[in-house]
Amino acid sequence: MLVLITYDVSTSSKEGRRRLSRVAKTCLNYGQRVQNSVFECIVDATKFRQLKYELEELIDKQTDSLRFYNLGDNHKSKVEHIGAKEAYDMEAPLIL
Amino acid sequence: MKKLLNTLFVTMPDTYLSLDGENIVIKRDDEIAGRYPLHNLEGVCTFGYAGVSPALMGKCAENNIGLTFMTRNGRFLARVVGEDKGNVVLRKEQYRISDDERRSAIFARNMILGKVYNSKWVVERALRDHALRIDTERMKQVSASLSETMKLIRGVEQLDILRGLEGSAAVQYNSVFDQLILQQKEQFFFHGRNKRPPLDNVNALLSFTYSLLAKDVTAALESVGLDAYVGFLHRDRPGRASLALDMMEELRSVYADRMVLYLINKKVVNDSGFVKKENGSVIMDDDTRKAVLKAWHERKQEKIMHPYLNEKIAWGLVPYAQALLLARHIRGDLDEYPPFFWK
Repeated sequence: MLVLITYDVSTSSKEGRRRLSRVAKTCLNYGQRVQNSVFECIVDATKFRQLKYELEELIDKQTDSLRFYNLGDNHKSKVEHIGAKEAYDMEAPLIL
Repeated sequence: MKKLLNTLFVTMPDTYLSLDGENIVIKRDDEIAGRYPLHNLEGVCTFGYAGVSPALMGKCAENNIGLTFMTRNGRFLARVVGEDKGNVVLRKEQYRISDDERRSAIFARNMILGKVYNSKWVVERALRDHALRIDTERMKQVSASLSETMKLIRGVEQLDILRGLEGSAAVQYNSVFDQLILQQKEQFFFHGRNKRPPLDNVNALLSFTYSLLAKDVTAALESVGLDAYVGFLHRDRPGRASLALDMMEELRSVYADRMVLYLINKKVVNDSGFVKKENGSVIMDDDTRKAVLKAWHERKQEKIMHPYLNEKIAWGLVPYAQALLLARHIRGDLDEYPPFFWK
């Protein structure tokens, strides 16, 4: 399934900036960065739990927030892209 | 059933593949050309000397991601293998069978039976779909003689006889293969198999798809814990994945040959994409190679009904399903190895 992850991490403190980079890094481990704090991940249910757990451990729930949008298995028709930085399709042939 | 994941093909030269977190990062001239999470991949296949960092090799081995190196023409160079896991008991039984000519023959004959059956159905399909454009008399003859060969194969318990029967079936099948090419006949013809190097367009395509298939089958066998290098029909030779070659026999015609025919008949490839070298060998240019890989990959995603498992699976999982069935038979859970009968 495709999961869209967005986050807001407070960067007013040094701690916050560190959290931000850790959150970004973790998201990157699971999917691709489509915009600055927006990630698209193709994951199964297990991987998704794992990812959610990892992110939850990282953030400070007082100041930061995470949002997960589950777009399911038939996500092709649900995503449209306009403009620069076209994302790649993880399920199409990957030929470089 | 296992989920079919994506395979990453790297065809650009001068690239370097490295590991970053859980991502594979492809660098070219110090620029990042691609970055993909590894958990979406089941194989990475590079064409033409891409360098790979040891960290990535380790990660791939650990996560059962096949990492294969090929030459630009698709000839197999090397594969990264990690720590040997799998099942020793299973592998030892496989070695015992391989040492015993008679038992080997019984294994091999089912695979060859699959091969002949599948070639017959490639011919039969052509008869059904293109009866007006081919020499139907000749095709029917071949189909009938392949059926005859199948009857003979059933009782064989000697490898030499089996090889003989396989050879004669292959000759029959090859004799009409040219007729299955319906388009671009001037540039694409089949007058017999030649390899190392392939000397015409069709042989170049065949060699390339066979090596892709060999790679898939080897990975499938190893993922179920068998030793791809110890075969039944193909005897041991250092560096030769004999069991993979055995198992490939039944898939060659339906998987690779049909792919080649599709590429030509649907004009996915054309003559300008092939370069003839001074020594007579024919190689594909980069765009053609990419087109073949793309078609190959799309075929792998297509769903079929597995005739024995009675389950809908992706074409790309057929080698894995067969490897699983073979392991079950070796282990004694199945009375006989059921070859893949395509219809």
